[in-house]
Amino acid sequence: MDFADSPEEAAFRARLRAWLAENNPKLPQSSTADEYWDGQAPWHRALYDAGFFGLSWPEEIGGHGLPSVYEAIVDEELAQAGAPPRPSLGYLVQGMMRHGGQDVRRRFLPGLVSGRERWCQGFSEPDAGSDLASLRTRAVPRGDEYVITGHKVWTSYSDEADWCLVLARTDPDVPKHRGLSAFAVRMDQPGIEQRPLKMINGVTREFGEVIFDGAVAKASDMVGSPGEGWRLAMTVVSHEREPGELGYVARYSKAVNELVDRLRSAPGRFTEENVRDVAWAVVEAEMLRLHVCRRLSDRLDGISHGPEGSVDKLLMTRVEQAVGHAALGMSNLTGGIEEDTWLKMYLYSRAQSIMGGTSQIQRNLVATRILGLPVA
Amino acid sequence: MDVRLSAEQQALREAAARLVDDHAPGSVAELDDAARTARLEAALTGSGWRELRAPEDEGRPLASAVETAIVAEELGRGPADASFLGPTLATELRRRAGAEPATALETVLLRPDLSGLVVVEDEQTRCSGVAIDARGVASALALVRTGHGYDLVGVPVAGASPGRDLTRPAAMVEGAAPERLPGAGRRLLTAEDIEAWSAFTLALTCADLVGTMRGAVDLAREYASVRRQYGKAIGSFQSVQHMLADAFVSIEGSSSVTRHAAWAADTLPPGEALAAAAVAKAYCARAAREVCETAIQVHGGIGMTWECLAHIHLRRALLSTQVLGDVGANLARVVAHRKIGGVHDGLR
Repeated sequence: MDFADSPEEAAFRARLRAWLAENNPKLPQSSTADEYWDGQAPWHRALYDAGFFGLSWPEEIGGHGLPSVYEAIVDEELAQAGAPPRPSLGYLVQGMMRHGGQDVRRRFLPGLVSGRERWCQGFSEPDAGSDLASLRTRAVPRGDEYVITGHKVWTSYSDEADWCLVLARTDPDVPKHRGLSAFAVRMDQPGIEQRPLKMINGVTREFGEVIFDGAVAKASDMVGSPGEGWRLAMTVVSHEREPGELGYVARYSKAVNELVDRLRSAPGRFTEENVRDVAWAVVEAEMLRLHVCRRLSDRLDGISHGPEGSVDKLLMTRVEQAVGHAALGMSNLTGGIEEDTWLKMYLYSRAQSIMGGTSQIQRNLVATRILGLPVA
Repeated sequence: MDVRLSAEQQALREAAARLVDDHAPGSVAELDDAARTARLEAALTGSGWRELRAPEDEGRPLASAVETAIVAEELGRGPADASFLGPTLATELRRRAGAEPATALETVLLRPDLSGLVVVEDEQTRCSGVAIDARGVASALALVRTGHGYDLVGVPVAGASPGRDLTRPAAMVEGAAPERLPGAGRRLLTAEDIEAWSAFTLALTCADLVGTMRGAVDLAREYASVRRQYGKAIGSFQSVQHMLADAFVSIEGSSSVTRHAAWAADTLPPGEALAAAAVAKAYCARAAREVCETAIQVHGGIGMTWECLAHIHLRRALLSTQVLGDVGANLARVVAHRKIGGVHDGLR
């Protein structure tokens, strides 16, 4: 039981720190400005090309095959340098690695990991949110392809994406969880329209909706077998709930460092309550860092696709929203006249208890699948 | 980095869990069962776990703070009504001072608000304070300030009585004459020693809180599975499920910060270890009260009765919370460590 670096880990940390000193693009927080999204793709490629992305993933998909705990080192160093977090796409990687066939894995994963091909995830629909399995997007076979018709929403990065991992109904005649399949669908084709959605903090680049009207996917671009879509979706969302997979420790630690700097920069302007809120943000972010060390260490025994992601999602939500409340305290000082980054950070924090499965859904899962309470 | 528990540490946890499952009270009435408490006391004495922080070669402790925290957590889960925290903290002080092991069970003497060790200015000053976790204890350690550091002194302890925590009675000490410890070769404790001891103490109280939370949630989960209303187990209702899910999530976060604080206590410089411990204690103490309150709420009216074990867990949490500083005191340590106090020093 040791939180300290091994000699190999320490050498890696030093190399990363030196690289970051020269290569930090100093982007704004993703939750506060569209400019972040302009810089995100170059950042992904730079991090990958320098050998600091996909550390624990297999070498055949562009990873480094290192122990999972290296991801924790990356997050700590990114936060310490004030650099952007690592791109959050591990959940797509895990879903495709587990369910995709050899051919799908070889064709799609290297581009996803290297950042040369951009991906979004088409799961939620206007009438299928928490009840995802009731989704209505259809994929109908036609020769050696499928024709896709439907409406996806809350689709992060839809404006940038080359590919969309679409969950669609291929068999309407079986129970709802069993009739779903997943497809890799090219975004630049007729029959796909993508519209950005403006969030409550004014950001327009993060998520959107996608209309499929006769879009086409090759049958060979199905990820997993026909009817395996629900199981793939559950793998994807379980990892989408893990801060260790998302790299969010870096996000929160960086935000907390900014809050601390803000307090120190203007002593006397802040109330005791502001200080207390920032102190709680420090405590919460540190908790998550240590919790992720624990989870990534557990992965040394092999990856789990179980319900513990729901626990992590609820912990992560507490952190994001504690940071948000502390940021709101910083924001109040501008007199509410102009929208500032602190206010945007606060407003964005409300998303964490909704996206990737609401906190209420996570609590259902913790209660029934971990605590063993009876299903209602 | 690899923060998994080792096979030996897992085995220690299982052994401690067995001891607790065999001998801890299964009901409030069993708190008064003298035969059972004697069996628990004998089993704990036999385990040798009160000596985990006694010195082996070169003055290092027999076992790390991580292992000590594992035992503390299981005893908290019990809840085990035998002294462990107090004797362990006294042993830790003796080892740091190079003092001979105590000949009878010993604890520490804390200020009345339990925020720290009693320190007197000279050996002529009489000591007052609270000897915590004093079941079966004959003496308590305090500090006397000297020109070059702190020396250990002992005061006699008699007549422990249950206070807020019914599993760990405490004894008031009023105006006791401090006695120098016998034996040569002892060294004075530095301010850094006290800092390191405080970090260790906070980590152990966190472990006790994590165990207490586990015990409280286990109790509430069992009750929610058998208690029926509207023709169904109340544990099938989302409102009840969500309370218990949130409680479980709090335990998981608490467990992660506690593991780090325990590791830090033996590994990081004292100032850093204390900062890690303060983060953990603020987090665990805030969580523990809420989790234990949830356990009472899930029991409904039964939770308000003396016979329900839920308040035994809550009371134990309240005591562990107070030892070496509650939520606010430890948040203030975080503020000081991150230097964000500004001109407002109200939090310090």
